[in-house]
Amino acid sequence: MKLDLRKLKLRKVNETLQSIDPKRNNKSYTILNPEGNHAICAGLTDDIDVTVKGHVGYYCGGMNQNANITVEGNVGTGVAENMMSGKIHVKGNASQSAGATAHGGFLVIDGDASSRCGISMKGIDIVVKGSVGHMSAFMAQSGNLVICGDAGEALGDSLYETDIYIKGRVKSLGADCIEKKMDNKHLKKLDKLLKKAKLDKLKSKDFKRYGSARKLYNFKIDNVSNY
Amino acid sequence: MCGIVGIYLKSKKFEKDLGKMLSGMLINMESRGPDSAGFAIYKKEKKEEVKYSICINNLSFEKFKKGITGKIKFTKILKNSDHVILSSKEKPKKVLDILNEFKGVSLVGYGKSIEIFKQVGNPKDVVKKFNLENFSGTHGIGHTRMATESAITTDGSHPYSTGSDECLVHNGSLSNHNNLRRDLTKKGINFKSENDTEVAAGYISNHLSSKKNLKETLMSGLGDLDGFYTFITGTRKGFAIVRDEIACKPAVVAETKDYVAIASEFQAMAHLPSVNMAKIFEPEPGIVYSWGK
Repeated sequence: MKLDLRKLKLRKVNETLQSIDPKRNNKSYTILNPEGNHAICAGLTDDIDVTVKGHVGYYCGGMNQNANITVEGNVGTGVAENMMSGKIHVKGNASQSAGATAHGGFLVIDGDASSRCGISMKGIDIVVKGSVGHMSAFMAQSGNLVICGDAGEALGDSLYETDIYIKGRVKSLGADCIEKKMDNKHLKKLDKLLKKAKLDKLKSKDFKRYGSARKLYNFKIDNVSNY
Repeated sequence: MCGIVGIYLKSKKFEKDLGKMLSGMLINMESRGPDSAGFAIYKKEKKEEVKYSICINNLSFEKFKKGITGKIKFTKILKNSDHVILSSKEKPKKVLDILNEFKGVSLVGYGKSIEIFKQVGNPKDVVKKFNLENFSGTHGIGHTRMATESAITTDGSHPYSTGSDECLVHNGSLSNHNNLRRDLTKKGINFKSENDTEVAAGYISNHLSSKKNLKETLMSGLGDLDGFYTFITGTRKGFAIVRDEIACKPAVVAETKDYVAIASEFQAMAHLPSVNMAKIFEPEPGIVYSWGK
């Protein structure tokens, strides 16, 4: 089913995608002429496929559950923000805060992601085929961030349990972020993620792993008595 | 918030459509700035003439024309809504002194090729009021304002111009503008408003007048201007964009063989010809990107 944003209002398009009738069994949708609109495909809950033909604005696929969204273009700030499950595939570049605060699901960016990629991520897996900007994985709590290119300044500042895998150069690390040993279980996990992103040709052994040194305030047991 | 837009034409193909392209961009940025709007257009210049863009506010055109006749020798005087474009071959200093003393009007910019129009109101209305669609030119810059640092007035609207053929639009806010204003005032730069962006424009003029080029000026601005900003700044021969190192304020660039477009959001440029084929990228923080000279 085709949904043309030149003919339909954004609210109508999102309403259509948010209220899928399971009896009709139409699981495939295409959005035409997105023209940089914000919040396209926000709040989807069903297991459907949506292809967006062109560039989109902010918060594309925000809060997504179950849907499989492909953007054939660039995305603005906050793609997949607060995603719970499902998959979002961006064929172009992503602006800042991609995958911000997302609890689950899978985000693949074919191009570069700019600053604060994976900020405060809470369980999502993100694979960026290009590079990421400054302060990526800031306060990242859980999940995996895979970067096939380089990372900007202050990577992984104040992070908690997220694993960061990077193939290229890191400009600088943020507070409490350190390089960690790549064990077999990490290699296996990374292989799985690369395969899922259709990057079978890349070898997990070429990546480095970064994580939390666990030395900031919250990690110190002595501070528990303050509460 | 605020929305900023700009177009620089790399070929002559779209010179007649410049106003149309820019007006679409401004209207699409209404959601980022509904309080006031403005634009600067760079046109082909006439060798010895300097154009003065003047907002005459509530004064009638006839009264203004009568008021300056005899004081300034002008070659052309054109009315566009509540703005007047005055062309003169006289020395700019003389003309500027007279215009600055003329009560009830404000000079919004001057130069050999620049024309500036800005006014309070919704971008859609401002664009219509000045018939931006009919403008042609080589490059243009525009702004839609959501007021934060100073009042919603013509003087508080962008673009700001503090030097010949220079203009600046800004999305963000500066935190050290009062100190900088004092320093620049001592160096002889006049400010008309309490606005932070006007200080940044003054800073740029001051550096350009000491023979620094636009790129060098903006590079040193990264060290001296404290705050959040994406700036687009125009000169007679080109324009440039720079974002502060934190880069909270958005920007997107689309480049084709015919033009370079800059906007706060992609939706501002979605209507531009073959934009979907353009090279689209987000300017990196702390790096100056410039086109033209």
